[in-house]
Amino acid sequence: MPSYQDTIAAIATAPGAAGIGIIRVSGKDALAISDRVFAAASGTPLAKTPAGRAVYGHIVSDTAETVDEAIALVMRAPHSYTREDVVELQCHGGSVVLRRVLGLVLAHGARLAERGEFTKRAFLSGRLDLSQAQAVMDVISARTDRALSVAESHLAGHFSGRIRTMREKCLAMIAHLEATIDFPEDDIDDVAIDEVEREVTRIRSELRALLATAHTGRILRDGLLTAIVGKPNVGKSSLLNTLLREERAIVTDIPGTTRDSIEETADIGGVPLRIIDTAGIREATDAVERIGVEKAREYASRAALVLALFDGSQSLTDEDRAILELIQDKQAIVLLNKADLPAVTTAKDLSVDAPVLSISTKDERGFDALTAEIARIAGITETPEESYVSGERDAALLRKADDHFRAALATIANGLSADFVSIDLRSAWETLGEITGEKASEDLIDEIFSKFCIGK
Amino acid sequence: MQFIAGNYDVIVIGAGHAGVEAALAAARMGQRTLLATLSMDNIALMPCNPSVGGPAKGHLVREVDALGGEMGINADKTCIQFRMLNTGKGPAVHALRAQADKKLYQFTMKETCENTENLDVKQILITDLLLEDVPTQKEVADATSHTSVACGPNKRVKGVVVETGEVYLAPAIVMATGTYLKGRIIIGEHTYSGGPNGQRPAMHFSDSLAAAGVRLMRFKTGTPARVDARTLDYDKMQLQPGDDEARNFSFLSDVTTREQVPCYLTYTNEATHKILRDNMDRAPMANGIIEGVGPRYCPSIETKILRFPDKDRHQLFLEPEGLHTNEVYVQGMSTSMPMDVQLAFLHTIPGLEHCHVMRAGYAIEYDCIDPTQLKPSLEFKAIRGFFSAGQANGTSGYEEAAAQGLIAGINAALFLKGEDPVVLRRSDAYIGVLIDDLVTKGTHEPYRMMTSRAEYRLLLRQDNADMRLTPIGRRIGLVTDERWDRFLTKKAAIDDALKLLHDTLLTPSTAQNAALEEAGIAPIHSATTAYDLLKRTEVTYDSLRTALPDLPALAKEVRDQVEIQSRYEGYIKKQMEQVAHMEKLEAKRLPDTIDYNTVPSLRDEAREKLASIRPESLGQASRISGVSPADVSVLMVWLEQQRRLRESAGKKQEVRV
Repeated sequence: MPSYQDTIAAIATAPGAAGIGIIRVSGKDALAISDRVFAAASGTPLAKTPAGRAVYGHIVSDTAETVDEAIALVMRAPHSYTREDVVELQCHGGSVVLRRVLGLVLAHGARLAERGEFTKRAFLSGRLDLSQAQAVMDVISARTDRALSVAESHLAGHFSGRIRTMREKCLAMIAHLEATIDFPEDDIDDVAIDEVEREVTRIRSELRALLATAHTGRILRDGLLTAIVGKPNVGKSSLLNTLLREERAIVTDIPGTTRDSIEETADIGGVPLRIIDTAGIREATDAVERIGVEKAREYASRAALVLALFDGSQSLTDEDRAILELIQDKQAIVLLNKADLPAVTTAKDLSVDAPVLSISTKDERGFDALTAEIARIAGITETPEESYVSGERDAALLRKADDHFRAALATIANGLSADFVSIDLRSAWETLGEITGEKASEDLIDEIFSKFCIGK
Repeated sequence: MQFIAGNYDVIVIGAGHAGVEAALAAARMGQRTLLATLSMDNIALMPCNPSVGGPAKGHLVREVDALGGEMGINADKTCIQFRMLNTGKGPAVHALRAQADKKLYQFTMKETCENTENLDVKQILITDLLLEDVPTQKEVADATSHTSVACGPNKRVKGVVVETGEVYLAPAIVMATGTYLKGRIIIGEHTYSGGPNGQRPAMHFSDSLAAAGVRLMRFKTGTPARVDARTLDYDKMQLQPGDDEARNFSFLSDVTTREQVPCYLTYTNEATHKILRDNMDRAPMANGIIEGVGPRYCPSIETKILRFPDKDRHQLFLEPEGLHTNEVYVQGMSTSMPMDVQLAFLHTIPGLEHCHVMRAGYAIEYDCIDPTQLKPSLEFKAIRGFFSAGQANGTSGYEEAAAQGLIAGINAALFLKGEDPVVLRRSDAYIGVLIDDLVTKGTHEPYRMMTSRAEYRLLLRQDNADMRLTPIGRRIGLVTDERWDRFLTKKAAIDDALKLLHDTLLTPSTAQNAALEEAGIAPIHSATTAYDLLKRTEVTYDSLRTALPDLPALAKEVRDQVEIQSRYEGYIKKQMEQVAHMEKLEAKRLPDTIDYNTVPSLRDEAREKLASIRPESLGQASRISGVSPADVSVLMVWLEQQRRLRESAGKKQEVRV
């Protein structure tokens, strides 16, 4: 049975706000890596959990923050789909949380699975029968076409330009280092190692700036899951409609009419907001309404952005205060609606950290400020920065490249010679090349001969 | 009139650096071998620079030696200056380079060839390759009536024809024809057919290759003038002495003292450059006389002036060609300029103002083969028993040639014995990198080995070539008992020393730390093994011995291994992990019967490249430009599918029986 060096991971469920989302981790380190992101309520690590067991616990970040509640399903080789050790982390759906969990798994040593890779491993380990071979090959080759089209659209832009510039700088350093190694008696200036150190540090800071946009890139691609919360009849549906610029939800004056949560996408200043219209948040008595309210709480707690709506023409009620409590520690914008009427409640009365804006869903005042605020939260600045890292794969590769650059600096700090530094830089350069899809091949040799006059 | 003049097991065409290694290896492995040369006086000729080794090239020489080849031994006997280059850098790129006494080098190699059992050396010019058809092998790929094209060779070698009518027959032939095939010498406007150094060219053999379906390329290289030592003013140049410490290429050589002859360094200047610029319209590469592709790493001086116009000077080394000649090689001044220009620009150079030119610089064009037609064993894919090595494969350099010659000779012998060929991996040796690059990627200019071509450079050090390769040389019968004993002794000493260092535990007692500080070693704060102490940059084995007198004295080559293995352990481990990762793909063999047209889901470009290169493993396939990781995945799944189909077909047949 073939065994693979690396452990792979991916989101195994279809995108969208499904009830449950699954991160699948497969490979020899699946249990060890999962143990670093999953804390079982029982305290027993997954590595010591018997196969076939479902374990309740929490996904925790590196700063010990709880990211989500989850069930971990442990399967041991060869009794799994891939016949490797597999852990399935079942989370609470929603792409923001799932991506965060996946990000953690990748940060702890898993590699993002290529398209069709679980199935490929399953086939190669004898798990799938012969009739499925063709399907596996089709999936893999589809990857090439898709990757190409993605690469064309995505890499034509600013992002690839920045990666290429980094690669060029990196290659120039490698070529210089290598030229002095391969042609020690030729007339080539010595490499100033402190200059290499400075250049690597510069590239690293640029790389990290690019990584910081990973957040923005993801929002631009997947949308920002947004919950509108507020007590009944405060104007939630009107707000939604204004944002959507069309009549979608039923607008009525009777409290509690907006029962089902609806997800809609609105383009707000270039940011795709995926808005969940929640039922009114209040202590409902009627069973149906109660489900709606609980969902609302749940969505609000899971949303990446909460728009908390209050009636600015009236004083705050207990319900309003419960909502204010709900948005604490959340990315939120507080909206005081009905600014067309005399203001009774103002920002001062709220004492929240979140930005407070006065709007009117009736005459649409304050919506420009709201648009600007959403753009700010999404990380889009006044001058449009197009270099957003959009994929987990790119982000993972950028992190890996950064690790190699860090290793290069450590090598210099440890006083090792240029040929060791060059090895780290080459790994970084090759990793960056994986993002742009460029093979290393003869580039280095070409660079050496084009830059340096070498020869007997 | 043609007549059968003799039968051999192996015929080697050409007695340059590739040819002699091939012939010696085949003969030493028990094959009756004919070494054919155009000139008995020019065996192992060095037509260009009088030096052996340097970065990556020195590594190749050490590897040739570790396998049981001749180049290292011959260089140690005949070189007149040794320098270890890159000593300021890590051990992986330390590189030995030596100045050879050219004639001594040649005649010593000639003597070795002439006195080797099973080896005949003859001065003959070969015009034709004799082939015969092989009955097509019926490859029954599987039992699913899946069409399978037999892609194996349908021709095999039979022998060679000499211009004077002799026919020599052999089932294995190695071509090592260097730069002699349709060789053409160019000095300015003057050109003539010829081999290097005024020798005869071989004008017919490449036509015979083309008729056999072999794809040819036309390459170019060049060499500078040789000047008379008595006419040089060495006072105007910088002295470049050899190392004080005696060095050797061969793991068998024990030379500790050697007469050393210096080289000299001087520079071109604006006056030189002006003459070259003013006459650029007469440069053969500019006016179209030269059509072949030249190497970038060895540009002519006129190319340097054109490509690097901002450089206000270029360095040149004056290197003696031997102890019994006044000819001096002007390294860095390769040229094919007309003679009047050559003389004029040489006279502008400090120290060369009054130099007499003894031989002119020239360019040479020649036919070589596209090496992607070869298997990693260096046998032609399409012609059984036919191997090719050296400059004929599109490489450059004596060392690159010797390395390929050795492998071609070994594999010709193994082919006759019906054994698997020796194929070194990229993680085994520079030789592996060299041959894999040639047969997988091909080359568009004369290929030179460089350390930057080796991705596992830390593992492929010149100091551990014996540890990597001598067991392989022993297995195939090229390593003598003497070499094997030396190897075993050294290996045991290294293992013992490493074990002792691991087992020696130091505790942070006052007395212990005092002893350490006495030896210039920073004190320890917790229990530490001697091995871990040796990892510190400031600690050497000998300083450790000062603090720990119980440690035994070690021979230098053992001490070096112990220090390198401990100090760079982390980096070495990292590279070994990369190798292990790649090894999985290398282990997946691609049968040579695959018809890539029947493999679904491959992209067209990948399909074409795979069909043309016919890689032997998935690892090799992954290195072909135009084959994507997805294509490799598709192949992997397809291979598994085929394996299961064969398995189930086998079962069905058993049932029927």
